[in-house]
Amino acid sequence: MTEHALKNEGHIQNIVDDWSDDKQAYHVPWGKLMMWIFLISDTFIFSCFLVGYMNVRMTATEPWPYPSEVFGLELFGQNIPLILIAIMTFILITSSGTMALAVRYAHFRDKKKIALFMLATALFGASFVGMQAFEWTKLISEGVRPWANPFGAHQFGSVFFMITGFHGLHVSIGVIYLLTVAFKVDRGDYDRKNNYEIVEITGLYWHFVDLVWVFIFAFFYLW
Amino acid sequence: MSEGIVESNESVAGNADHSDAQHPIGVYLKVWILLFVLSTFSYMVDYFDFQGILRWTLILVFMFLKAGFIIAIFMHVMWERMTLITTILGPPAVILLLIGMMASEGDYVFCTRVDYLGQPAAAERIHVADVHLEEEAEH
Repeated sequence: MTEHALKNEGHIQNIVDDWSDDKQAYHVPWGKLMMWIFLISDTFIFSCFLVGYMNVRMTATEPWPYPSEVFGLELFGQNIPLILIAIMTFILITSSGTMALAVRYAHFRDKKKIALFMLATALFGASFVGMQAFEWTKLISEGVRPWANPFGAHQFGSVFFMITGFHGLHVSIGVIYLLTVAFKVDRGDYDRKNNYEIVEITGLYWHFVDLVWVFIFAFFYLW
Repeated sequence: MSEGIVESNESVAGNADHSDAQHPIGVYLKVWILLFVLSTFSYMVDYFDFQGILRWTLILVFMFLKAGFIIAIFMHVMWERMTLITTILGPPAVILLLIGMMASEGDYVFCTRVDYLGQPAAAERIHVADVHLEEEAEH
């Protein structure tokens, strides 16, 4: 982008300038803009799920179970409420932190550290999916199904499998995405153009997955 | 640690007009720790079994703080131009309308079920331990 230096004259003036620009409105790499547009559409999908959950829960005349009891675990002879979900939350936040560091090292073009931190992020993501598989197995063995729930309203089962399943799918795809990019960074695929924006784009996707979990944690597990 | 490193003013993309200035590593570490603390607080809301308005308020406050820090710092939205920020945050704001409409609709469906289908009006919540007790009583 050599045509002109981008002016910065305050937020409102920037919007006016950008939208009246002859060539482009968004002064970011196209890949990053496309990822943002994808994430906005994904926001709508997850919002529909969560709004659907709200609607189903408001209309349920059967009693709704306490998620903190359903997802409690017996550890060291004690029942600890919601502990598995709390651990999963901390793992996902940790992975977001390592991803932020990978993006930071992309500015320095420090290939070893980018690949290492992305690999760490992928490992945290994989362990998150592993714990989710454990959680699903536990609930299925207790008789929870997408169409049934022995602990109260059947809608609880439907919502649980739909929302956590779709989020888990996002995490799984994210792990594959991270591993692919980490491998390509390490192999030096981005050296020729010296362009590491893919790390930032992957980071956006990963942080979004963490962001969605914040809402699922609040509305489904805590509410 | 990294003070000695002199930054080029290029962004990750090598795109000079996108002034994605370098943020010191401390910003990320501080936000990271803050997210941990906020998550712990969220969990404590459940652990200490707060109920009612206090519970819902605390859940929402911690949720919005966490979401805000992830979007602003980790996803770099804070450092983007306002044109992109409005594009990112504007459309999802419409979801508030959907929430309002679905809440109204949900209330209507619930009242219909109670008034015309004779379903219980007080859908009280149920403890897992009580379910187990009922099962034992049946056997």
